[in-house]
Amino acid sequence: MPAILPAGTRAPEFRLPVTPDKQLSLGDLRGKPVILAFYPADWSPVCGDQMALYNEVLPEFQRFGAEILGISVDGAWCHAAFAKARHLRFPLLADFEPKGRVAVEYGAYRSKDGVAERALFVIGKDGVIAWSYCSPITVNPGADGILEALESLPK
Amino acid sequence: MSKLKVPVGPDDHVQGDPAAACTLVEYGDYECPYCGLVHPTVKRVQKHFGKRLRFVFRHFPLTQMHPFAEPAAETAEFAGAHKKFWEMHDLLYENQDRLDLALLPVLAEQLKLSVSDLGNALIQGTYRARVRADFAGGVRSGVNGTPTLFINGERYDGAPEYQELVDGIDEALASSVR
Repeated sequence: MPAILPAGTRAPEFRLPVTPDKQLSLGDLRGKPVILAFYPADWSPVCGDQMALYNEVLPEFQRFGAEILGISVDGAWCHAAFAKARHLRFPLLADFEPKGRVAVEYGAYRSKDGVAERALFVIGKDGVIAWSYCSPITVNPGADGILEALESLPK
Repeated sequence: MSKLKVPVGPDDHVQGDPAAACTLVEYGDYECPYCGLVHPTVKRVQKHFGKRLRFVFRHFPLTQMHPFAEPAAETAEFAGAHKKFWEMHDLLYENQDRLDLALLPVLAEQLKLSVSDLGNALIQGTYRARVRADFAGGVRSGVNGTPTLFINGERYDGAPEYQELVDGIDEALASSVR
């Protein structure tokens, strides 16, 4: 597993497509805690895959005023179809061109497979990474670590 | 590694010997096909271990994906309030391929439960808080989808297959006598 950016590092800025015709940058969310959830690919064949789980836990994240962003190397149209099929209510970013560049900057790219790791980052209001975690690629990391990290953020 | 944060307590639905050396906890969703597949597997595992294993089921309905998972969970709780949780639990999984709102009263009737009481409980959300509490505890414990299993409080990340589960439980039993 690569070394993902640790807590205490300033979160690298990015600007990525969030729909086929709209972009979102990390700076747009400054002032709010941000959960950045890298994952390998849309359409994983399990119920309650990582994104579906976060969709269910969304109200818990919102209690902390946090925004969650899913991010994979899938393109914006693929994300759109996936989000529609799974009724996802949070943005999915397309780290598609140049492929995986943002994942690389966060130390969360698997060049062997050409996809992002299952890597989680909780970024504080100040834009600094407060917590990060990289799960084995086959194991959905769940939401407990994210919630604990949000709880420990300075109010 | 994720650990079960909510210990098994008097409010849980428990099958098997309370003094069993091993406890298997499942967080499941009645509409999830993978939970449907694991249901007979758990039964075989229970049979294999007998008094050495107790089994606990908690709700983890993925409501955005499965529109009938929440009412199904509340129906199981309704049956539980009439001491028929496990009967309803089995019926829900055995009839999963035709699960919808119309099936719930049919199953209630099969268990000789009042259909109108069930309707009222679902409309009023009598058991919603109970189901939500299971869900919230599951999230805190690192439940990452369904089914998620815990063996003696440790999240089991292996395959939800018979032999793998038996091996996992054997391991837990071996370390509990040490």
